[in-house]
Amino acid sequence: MEFSTILGAWVAAFLTIGIFSYLYKDNPFYKAAEHLFVGVSAGYLLSLGFWTQLQPNLFGRLFPAKHYDPDTITYTIYNVLSFFSSSIFPEGGIDKGHDQHLTYLIPLALGVMMLLSLIPRFSWMARWGIAYVVGMAAGLKAYGYLNSNVLGQIKGTAVNLLDFSLPVFSLSSPSIFNNIIIFVGTICGLLYFYFSKEHKGLLGKASKIGIYFLMISFGASFGFAVMGRISLLIGRFTDLIKYSGSEYNYATFWVLFIIVGALGYAAYKEEDRGVIAPIDNLGSSTEEE
Amino acid sequence: MKDRNFWFVIASITVVFLVYWLLGHPYFVTERFIMLFSIVTLSATLLYYIRAAERGEEFYLRPIPALKAVEEAVGRSTEMGRPILYVPGIQDMDQVETVAGVVVLGHVAKMTARYETSLNVPVSRSIVMKAARESCREAYMVEGRPDMFNEDMVHYLTDDQFAYAAGVNGIMLREKPAACMYMGKFYAESLILAETGNSIGAIQIAGTASQAQIPFFVTACDYTLIGEEFFAASAYLSQKPELIGGVKGQDMIKLVVISVIVISAIIMTVYESTGIGFNIIKYLTIR
Repeated sequence: MEFSTILGAWVAAFLTIGIFSYLYKDNPFYKAAEHLFVGVSAGYLLSLGFWTQLQPNLFGRLFPAKHYDPDTITYTIYNVLSFFSSSIFPEGGIDKGHDQHLTYLIPLALGVMMLLSLIPRFSWMARWGIAYVVGMAAGLKAYGYLNSNVLGQIKGTAVNLLDFSLPVFSLSSPSIFNNIIIFVGTICGLLYFYFSKEHKGLLGKASKIGIYFLMISFGASFGFAVMGRISLLIGRFTDLIKYSGSEYNYATFWVLFIIVGALGYAAYKEEDRGVIAPIDNLGSSTEEE
Repeated sequence: MKDRNFWFVIASITVVFLVYWLLGHPYFVTERFIMLFSIVTLSATLLYYIRAAERGEEFYLRPIPALKAVEEAVGRSTEMGRPILYVPGIQDMDQVETVAGVVVLGHVAKMTARYETSLNVPVSRSIVMKAARESCREAYMVEGRPDMFNEDMVHYLTDDQFAYAAGVNGIMLREKPAACMYMGKFYAESLILAETGNSIGAIQIAGTASQAQIPFFVTACDYTLIGEEFFAASAYLSQKPELIGGVKGQDMIKLVVISVIVISAIIMTVYESTGIGFNIIKYLTIR
């Protein structure tokens, strides 16, 4: 096996056990794994975002190789940029299969405005970008939500309550009982979210039924998600078991031994200090009180 | 008929639409009429109640314990001399829950400015960081404490979901905030955050409309704003008439939806049992 693979296994075992060590308490191994995770992911995602979004989709549409003509103003600017960074702006335009769309100057301008927030005098410009994102998302999603969450819900609840072609009771297939449950559950659930009237009397009873429906669905969802998490945990353990083999030089065992040993030693020293400390501090005990 | 201007505009739009319809309604996608009708009805209902609230009409809002607990949590943090941790979710500003989270952050920031309590807002998206900073800055200005605001109170960690969760966990363990608030869009990291907050003994208030994550917050937090309660939070906290009018308008929309559900179910039952009537599902389907 290659050295780099074995090294990767050791690093993976160290980081996994380092993160698990948090179950004992906050410690240097957890801190190291956490900081590495946060720092590496931030850097990696920045790079990924630039090379998979910004460079091909923004610059690739402003300066496509398809329309390369060094005599135009656009490509004169491009060649200047290419002089500074030929990896981002390769010679002859960016070949990502796009046509030239100068409308992409608008997102470029909004992006530059976001960057201008670094200069206090122009930081207000960033609000334009935020306003665009929020406004665009609100308008775009209103239609979808109305269709799926409102009309879709109404359609799903508009059921035949006396459909005698169905069985009266069935847990896993359509039945009269299930239709009634859907109908009552939706209406009572909606009534729970009625804010402008006190939940008393009939409304109080209906909203109480509504919250029971919600809690039952949350319970089912909780159980389902816990099952998913267990499978993730099994995935990590499978890797740790794999790395505990001789081909990886018993990486899991060694790392476990080192981390548990170090934490045990630190705990022993801490306890030791804890016994001695009050004796040492006897003279200053009144100050602490 | 208190709002004459409103009814005048509605009547004018109806007349214009009728004329357009009678002229053969060119470019109109007839299959999507129900969507147009829904958008117009919902928007008009919301506008009507917002205008009513602005005119001075008062609307009752039932108490929500989790929202009362927000001020309690800020007070507790002040007494203990520990910071408040506010997590606005892990999604960008194109998610309505993140927007709601940033709006609620503004109200929390006002309280922390008033009580002189420190606030820590780790974020996972750059645009959310900018929006959250603006929200906090404005809150501290409004409360007359711009000196207390510093940009680092809202800081970026990483875009990665679990790396962000690990980072926030680390902050919780080291800073030991007295109150943790999770308001926004969450995924699998919700339980990791809420469990850690629980282990450090912080008072925890969560608010999200992510259906799969609400159970975790209900389990591990002291108070949880479920779905619509979270979106109504800013109206409760600010007590601004236009926002309260919006909540009242949404309530009326819910009543309309309930009525449509009941009528649709009756029509479907009669249609499928006796053959009398029509298939209403066909009219509710957008093509």
